[in-house]
Amino acid sequence: MTARDWQKLITAAVLLGIAALLPLTGNAYWLSLGVSVAMYTVLATSWALFSGPTHYISLATAAFFGVGTYVMGSGIEVMPYWTLLPLAALAGGLLAALVGLATLRLSGVYFVIFTLGLAEMVRQCVTWYQNQTGHKGTYVLTELTEADIYWQLLGLAALVYLAGWAIQRSRLGFALRIIGDDEEVAAHSGINTALVKVALFVVSGLVAATVGAIIAPRYVYIEPATAFAPMLSFQVVIMALLGGTGRLWGPLIGVIPFTLLWEVISASFPNQTTLLLGLCFLLIVYVLPKGFVGLMQRLDLMRQGREAFA
Amino acid sequence: MRQAPVLSLRGATKRFGGLVAVDQLGFDVAEHQVMGLIGPNGSGKSTTLNLISGALSPTSGTIALKGQPITALSARAIARKGVSRTFQLVRMLPSMTVLENVMAGAVFGHRRRWGGSAEAHAIAMLEEVGMADEAGSPIGQLTYIDTKRLELARALAGEPEVLLLDEWLAGLNPTELEEGIALIHRLRDEGRTIVLVEHVMDAIRSLCDACVVMSSGKKIAEGTPEEVLSDPEVIRAYLGDDDA
Amino acid sequence: MDIIITGLILGGTYALIAIGLNLQYGVARIMNLANGEMLVAGGYTAFALYTGAGLSPLLTIFLVAPAAFAVNWAIYRVMLRPLVKRAPNRGALEQDSILATFGLSFVMVGLMVWAFGGDYFNYAYLSRRVEIFGDGFGLNRVVAFLCATALCAALFIWMNLSRAGMVIRAVAVSPDSARLVGIDVPRLSAIAFALGGAVTAVGGAVLSTYLTLDASTGVIFTMKALIIVIMGGVGDIRGTIVAALILGLGETLVATLIDPGLTLAAAYALFILILLFRPQGLFGRRQA
Repeated sequence: MTARDWQKLITAAVLLGIAALLPLTGNAYWLSLGVSVAMYTVLATSWALFSGPTHYISLATAAFFGVGTYVMGSGIEVMPYWTLLPLAALAGGLLAALVGLATLRLSGVYFVIFTLGLAEMVRQCVTWYQNQTGHKGTYVLTELTEADIYWQLLGLAALVYLAGWAIQRSRLGFALRIIGDDEEVAAHSGINTALVKVALFVVSGLVAATVGAIIAPRYVYIEPATAFAPMLSFQVVIMALLGGTGRLWGPLIGVIPFTLLWEVISASFPNQTTLLLGLCFLLIVYVLPKGFVGLMQRLDLMRQGREAFA
Repeated sequence: MRQAPVLSLRGATKRFGGLVAVDQLGFDVAEHQVMGLIGPNGSGKSTTLNLISGALSPTSGTIALKGQPITALSARAIARKGVSRTFQLVRMLPSMTVLENVMAGAVFGHRRRWGGSAEAHAIAMLEEVGMADEAGSPIGQLTYIDTKRLELARALAGEPEVLLLDEWLAGLNPTELEEGIALIHRLRDEGRTIVLVEHVMDAIRSLCDACVVMSSGKKIAEGTPEEVLSDPEVIRAYLGDDDA
Repeated sequence: MDIIITGLILGGTYALIAIGLNLQYGVARIMNLANGEMLVAGGYTAFALYTGAGLSPLLTIFLVAPAAFAVNWAIYRVMLRPLVKRAPNRGALEQDSILATFGLSFVMVGLMVWAFGGDYFNYAYLSRRVEIFGDGFGLNRVVAFLCATALCAALFIWMNLSRAGMVIRAVAVSPDSARLVGIDVPRLSAIAFALGGAVTAVGGAVLSTYLTLDASTGVIFTMKALIIVIMGGVGDIRGTIVAALILGLGETLVATLIDPGLTLAAAYALFILILLFRPQGLFGRRQA
């Protein structure tokens, strides 16, 4: 590791430390906002690990998240919390592997379409199963406070960043970039393209499921419609793309403004959240194709250009 | 005594619906040999390279590398076993630097390297094609011949047993063509095994040890460049039946 | 028998919607994820005109079709053509058009919720029972099916026999070659996109005579249409019709025999089978 790497690592650790102090302010509103930001940061960053370099747009986040929530919800009566977290991750990873194996051999459109309805399909199956067995929802009663949830999500965020950083410098990360540039060249260079894509998709799946499991106690009562809310998938895509997937910290700078904006809009105009979502999509495509990260790089280049002429 | 072939095709056939693009093709490539695959447009040369590299899989027949069948393998597996290629229309990795493009071959190819050793090897390959100074440049600034050179360096970086060049000299201007031919000459002198699809006759004469001539998917002649280029059937295939 | 007829009637309407999407994706190369919203908009129009002006939905079609054609033409020209122009390759265009049409779909949902509220809407039109092979069916369903069949047949004949249809099919097979023989590909793409949108909106108007819709149901129809298009093969009208009937039958079968809440799961089961065994579509030739 170079001195620059250490510098970045220490900066990140300090920022994380500051973020961890939030619950000490005792302000419940800020804390709940903090939980949202931390949750979306983890989801958007892990989404970007896979979808950033490959350009495969995954809308499966809600499905993984819901699976994680349900593992926690249905297991909490019989098993300790800390064994359920890895189990939830495992379930999410498994679902991701199955979906990946079925769709990632094919072109991107098939993948988008498949993931688009995945959450809804899993929700239908869970609802059906519950109707068969005759119970509706599940209670998740734990001793965990909002602050505990927040700290767990921060810890998970740190893990995701470390994993992302390690992947970027690994052969896996290099292979993923090659695939994103030209899949045929990748295959002819000897890269197992399907394996690489599935592996990264599994990472994003298991992280999203873990987030679902961590959030579950916050809901107290879980039913399929809340656990598998399809809107979540779209929110995550928007935040990640708004921030930009070109850098590991990109999604974070999309998450913060979007979460605040979403909070304001859904408080004062609850019916207009879909409109907001739509406008953000259009904004990304037509104005910010590489997100805030791309915008900053462009401004940087312009400034350098001006200095060179001055 | 003849050496065992590095690459051999037996009865290789590729059908696209009703069209037979490659028809019962068979030939051997010996170690250190440069084999030219020639023939009129649409005779199945590029399809043959695609069959060897695994971009397409043959309808029937066998293809073997050093005696092991590679017929049904994927492009990835064939690359790992030691077949590298360039593409008819150059394919770069546009988001990466020149060095990273070559490292793609060094990291995942036939002989795999990682970290410093991959980088050193990639730089050596860039030196070989005369582009060491451009290692840090982005792809967008390269001239046409440099993209061709770069693609060659990427293919070489995995230290393949067999190198496939698909019209690598096409589209170069006369000066570039000379440089290009000289470059492949050097590879040949290093003892690399090469199969090339080519239209440039000067290049074929000066580079190839042997040639296979294809017409309508079939092999119509095989031998040294002098032999095949004076073969009446080859001339007929190129110029059409009217002149025969 | 009951299941088969209900399934075929449902499939007939699906076919109309999916043909609309297939024209847009197969010819204009735009994976239009706002397709379902266009359907709901068509349904809304029929609903509004029937309850407001007492206009029969079957006549509304003649208003909906040109209006939707114009709207979709404008959408293609203003929103999508710039994306086609800037895309360096097909993959980049696909990504851009997916995001842009998602945006469009959410904006449309947002606007419809704003204008009409988020409630379900339905109306009673021809809700008498008719007997077919001894089972009773809603007359509106039967009429809707006949309507869809007539439209599918007309489109199929037009695509295969007319000169314009042939030009459109040429663009679907190979835009580059089509340009070489003097076809104005951008114009044709816009027309195909507009036509696809019109067909979908008409499908929505027809569907609204017997199904309850609301502003946010569009995405379900988009999903189903996408599955049908992939199952039937991109650019293949005959395949689309067959796939739509299979999906209609499959869904009805699962809904009747197992649980009505599992229709999407049924569609997915078909989708997975197709992806695993025939990703090129039912009648598609395996890509070289």
